[in-house]
Amino acid sequence: MFAGGLGYLFGLLLRVGIAGLIVALLIAAGLSYYSYLYGDRLVLRASRARPVTHEEEPRLHNIVEGLALAAGLPKPTVYVVPEAAPNAFATGRDPEHSSIAVTQGLLEKMNRVELEGVIGHEMSHIRDRDILLGTVVATLVGAVVLIAEYMLRWFWWGGGRLGRGRDRDGGEGFAILFALGIVFAILAPFFAQVIKMAMSRRREYLADAEGALLTRYPPGLASALRKIAADNTPMRVANNATAHLWLNQPSRIPGESNHWWENLFSTHPPIQDRIRILEEM
Amino acid sequence: MLALWIVLGLVGLILLYGVFTYNSLVRLRVRCENAWSQIDVQLRRRYDLIPNLVESVKGYAAHEREVFEEVTNARASAQAASGVQDQARAENQLTAGIRRLIAVAENYPQLKANENFLALQEELTGTESKIAFARQFYNDQAMRLNTLVQSFPSSIVAGLGRFEQREFFDIEEPARGPVGVRF
Repeated sequence: MFAGGLGYLFGLLLRVGIAGLIVALLIAAGLSYYSYLYGDRLVLRASRARPVTHEEEPRLHNIVEGLALAAGLPKPTVYVVPEAAPNAFATGRDPEHSSIAVTQGLLEKMNRVELEGVIGHEMSHIRDRDILLGTVVATLVGAVVLIAEYMLRWFWWGGGRLGRGRDRDGGEGFAILFALGIVFAILAPFFAQVIKMAMSRRREYLADAEGALLTRYPPGLASALRKIAADNTPMRVANNATAHLWLNQPSRIPGESNHWWENLFSTHPPIQDRIRILEEM
Repeated sequence: MLALWIVLGLVGLILLYGVFTYNSLVRLRVRCENAWSQIDVQLRRRYDLIPNLVESVKGYAAHEREVFEEVTNARASAQAASGVQDQARAENQLTAGIRRLIAVAENYPQLKANENFLALQEELTGTESKIAFARQFYNDQAMRLNTLVQSFPSSIVAGLGRFEQREFFDIEEPARGPVGVRF
C-alpha cells in the first residue's frame, strides 16, 4: 500500500511515467524483502507477544514439541499474547525461523485435545510456508495495483495525444482497446484483492485439514473452533493488516454476520463451515 | 540421425528419473533414521521421569508394592530391549504400568494435589504424546519408503541402491478411556 502511494507521488513529482513506475516497483520489492526477513518480529511485537519458557507453560511447550515431531519440523519459538479472546497465529519465513503465538484466553479456555488441534493447524501453516506465500501474493497484488495505476495515468495523459492525428481506420479499433484498457486498469486491483482473499481462505481450509491429519483427531480442532465461535470477547490488537495470520478472524466487534459481500473480502472462511467440514472427516 | 537423438533423449529421461527416485529414497531413509532417534529421545526421557514418579507415589502410598515393582521391571526390560518389535512390546508394557500407577495415585487426594506430582504427571503425559507423535511420523515415513521400494519402477532403483524396507513401530494403543485397576 505504501509503495502504491509512494509510486504515485513519485509519478506526480517527476512527471516521468515509466521512471516513477520502476521506482515504485523497486520500493515494493524492497519492502517485501524487508517484510520477508523481519515480518515475524514486527507481527510479534505488534501483538505484544511474550516468549514463554518450558517451565512457565509446560503443557503448551509439550504440545508444540509433540506436533513439531509429528510434522518432522524443528520446534518453533513459543509466544503468549496477553489477550482474553481465544486465538492463535503462526509466523516466520520458513520452518527454521518460525514462531507460534497463542493468546492467554486460548490457554485458559481450551483443554488438551483442543489445544493440540489449534497448534496442529498452526504447524500446518508453517509446513506449507503459508506465511511466505502470503507475502509473495501481497507483493504481486501490490505490483498489479501499481501497474494498473500506471496504465491509467498513461491512458489519461498519453491516450489523448495518440488519438489525435491518426487515420480514421485505426482510430475506432484503438478506441475500443483504449476503453477495455481503462476498464481493466480500474478493475484489476479489485480482482487481485478478491483473489488474494480467496487464496487466504483456501489455505485456512487446507491448514484445518492438515492439522487434523497431524493430530489424527479432527474433533479436537472442531471443538476448539466451536468454543471460539461462541466466545464474544473482542481483541484489542486486531487490525486489518494482520487479520489473515490469526486462527480465526479477529474482531473488535462481538457478533458474527454472514453476508456474501463480507465473505468475499474476509481472509477466513465462515467458522461454521470449518466446523462442519472437520466434523465430517 | 533422428533415431539417435530420440534414443539419447530417452536415455536422458531414464537417468533423470533414476536420479530423482534415488534422492527420494535417500531422503526417506534419512527421515526414518531421524524419526527413530527422535522416538528414542522421548523414550529415554520417559525412563528418566519414572524413578521420580515412583518415589513421589511411594511417599503417600508405600504399601502399593506390586504396582511399583511392575513399573520398575517394565522400565528395566524396555531399556534392555533391542529391535523394533521387541522395543514396541516392552514400551507397551511400560505404558500400561505407568497408567496403573497413576490410577492408583488417583485414590490419594493429598498426592493428587501435590505440585511435584502434578508437574510430573504433565511431563509424563507430554512425553507419552510426543512418543505417539514421533511414532506417527516414523510410521508415515516408513510407509512412504516401503511403498517406493516395493512399487515398480522405483523398485529397480531401490534394488540398485540396496535400499531396505523398514518395520513399522506398532504399539497397541490402550483405548482413550479409564484403565481398569486391580486392587
